[in-house]
Amino acid sequence: MRKGKWIWLGLSGALLVLSAVWAQQAASLLFVSTQFTPIEEAQRMRQVILRDFQGRVEFIPEDNAPFTNRILSEVRAGRVNVGLAGGLHGDFPPLVAAGALDTLDDVMNQLQNRRFSPTFVSLGKMGTPNQIYIPWMQATYIMVANRQALQYLPAGANLNTLTYSQLKEWAANVQRATGRRMLGFPAGPRGLMHRFTQGYLYPSYTKSAVTKFRSAEAESMWLEFKSLWQHVNPQSTTYDFMQEPLLSGEVWIAWDHIARLRDALNQRPNDFVAFPAPIGPYGRGFMPVLAGLAIPKGSPNRSTAVALIEYLTRPEVQVTTLVQNGFFPVIQVRLPDNLPQGIRMGADAIARQAQSNVALPSLLPVGLGARGGEYNKVFQDTFARIVLRNEDVRRVLDSEAANLRRIMNETRAPCWSPDPASSGACPVD
Amino acid sequence: MRSERYIPYVLVLPSVVFLLFLFAWPLLEALLLSVRNSSGWTLEHFQRMAADLYFKDALKYTLLLTLTIVPLQVGLALGMALLLGSIAKGRDLFLYVWTIPLGISDLAAGIVWLAIFTERGYLNSFLQAVGVIQQPQLWLSYETPWMIFLAVVAAEVWRATAIVFVILVAGLQLIPKEYGEAAEVFGATPWQRFWKVTLPLLRPSLQVALILRTILALEVFAVVVALGGRNLPVLAGEAYYWYNAYQNPGVAAAYAVLILGISVAATLLYLRLMRTKQEAVG
Repeated sequence: MRKGKWIWLGLSGALLVLSAVWAQQAASLLFVSTQFTPIEEAQRMRQVILRDFQGRVEFIPEDNAPFTNRILSEVRAGRVNVGLAGGLHGDFPPLVAAGALDTLDDVMNQLQNRRFSPTFVSLGKMGTPNQIYIPWMQATYIMVANRQALQYLPAGANLNTLTYSQLKEWAANVQRATGRRMLGFPAGPRGLMHRFTQGYLYPSYTKSAVTKFRSAEAESMWLEFKSLWQHVNPQSTTYDFMQEPLLSGEVWIAWDHIARLRDALNQRPNDFVAFPAPIGPYGRGFMPVLAGLAIPKGSPNRSTAVALIEYLTRPEVQVTTLVQNGFFPVIQVRLPDNLPQGIRMGADAIARQAQSNVALPSLLPVGLGARGGEYNKVFQDTFARIVLRNEDVRRVLDSEAANLRRIMNETRAPCWSPDPASSGACPVD
Repeated sequence: MRSERYIPYVLVLPSVVFLLFLFAWPLLEALLLSVRNSSGWTLEHFQRMAADLYFKDALKYTLLLTLTIVPLQVGLALGMALLLGSIAKGRDLFLYVWTIPLGISDLAAGIVWLAIFTERGYLNSFLQAVGVIQQPQLWLSYETPWMIFLAVVAAEVWRATAIVFVILVAGLQLIPKEYGEAAEVFGATPWQRFWKVTLPLLRPSLQVALILRTILALEVFAVVVALGGRNLPVLAGEAYYWYNAYQNPGVAAAYAVLILGISVAATLLYLRLMRTKQEAVG
């Protein structure tokens, strides 16, 4: 009898634990996101941005590949746990292609008064007649310089209209004066250097990223960039976030994602200036980054997910997201006057970058699905071979163009801006 | 009691199930992943791996690192273990201090050494304060891969010598004192006693330590990433980039299978070269 009593006690205890776990899962919404993966950003999301939401949210940041795999396999298995998916525009195509996302036209109608940027709303349809995701937040890549570097700006150069050749001259002046290479790029293993080549360098010099990948213009662009690289801090190949070398003083001039520069701007706003990316022969190539919120088909609690979308797109929450995690609002909102100086500097630089008459915005890759990673690899390898390994530019461009062509043909992805529209797969001339 | 015959099997069963579920099954899946694509069997993943920009360097550096680190660590650990044997007072203190790095994760170890070698790191601050250099020197740059290599060797030796050390200390303790004393009676010098008595009897422990360290050295990843980024490519790192950054599980699995193949070959080699006769173990 004694033994039986213990078994019953154990069983009921286990049941209690299980039901508590189950109850918690049922009550809370699982919000999986490819954004805010750094631990500090995730903590600020949980503790500050989501604080006033009425309802329990479990916020889980994931890398791009596990994010896609998780949602796809849950939807395929018919057991969906993810209530809300947050990702970049380019994270959604594989989910759309697999029919894993619910349409959100009803949600968009509820949010009529939000004053979303119309460009973002139409991007959120992903080329379908229906709303696939609701715009969540935006960011882009800009430049930041230490004020000590400003005295070496070439004569007649203006930070807001800097050209690539002036940037080179500037970095050369700094090197001559200090004996050190003080220009920096995030070319480390988790850095976003490939976005620089795809969205800034190529469009500025060729008004294209795919079609004219191996053009004569691209060849002279790489030669020019290689000579600029003489003045780049060689530790750039280990930099993932440029805010750290900027703060430590290893680098005086840097390009990076605004979210990866924010610590420098926030901690020492008086030491740094933020300014738009340089201008090339075709204008100022730059890459706006749009993140959106989507609901997987069969989401366990759609109404909570919709409520969370409504919450995250409120003007005050959009401003909190900016202050906490450095992503900018996607709705028209007046920024409060008491905004930290660093964030205001970033916001000004972004506005100057987007609004000038030489602006040449290009999208993150569209329609590459799981091949987005290999697309980036083409640009990373091209950079490494030409700039770091000193291989012949023409030969590298020709051989990497073959890789690029294979990816385009396998995914049948049509060209996206700034490449001219194509009927079939985007051609590599 | 007939049932007692089954008890050992029942007791072993959970670990067998565990191994099958968490090792054998993923292993099989990885093998299949590396030789299949959407249309069937293929060698495409291995071809793409071999043709990749970083493949040759990754293979070269992984093997070079293993060949440098493992002998260094075994030599050091053997010396430390023998030293410990002749320490009478405070032996435990040395044992604990020497095994501290065991408790540190490899990424943390990499970051510790990065803090030393980076441009504004401890090494440069020290050299500048002493007056050896005027300006911070760049140590970990793609222009000087051998320096990154040395930094990785230093970090790995610092971090993982302890595991070899612990195995060898345990092995040394298993050797009965009588053998050494008998040799001494017959007039063997300390060197002869080490060479003819201790080392042969330590062979099983050495074998375990070598196999373990070689396999771990072939998988070296976090320390290299922290210190060199992609400037010093290694096989495990390439598998990670192909899976995570390029999202191509097939090529990532091909790298994993290659690491497995080299590890199995190294293990077989050790087992063959260091075969112990049953009676020698005592």
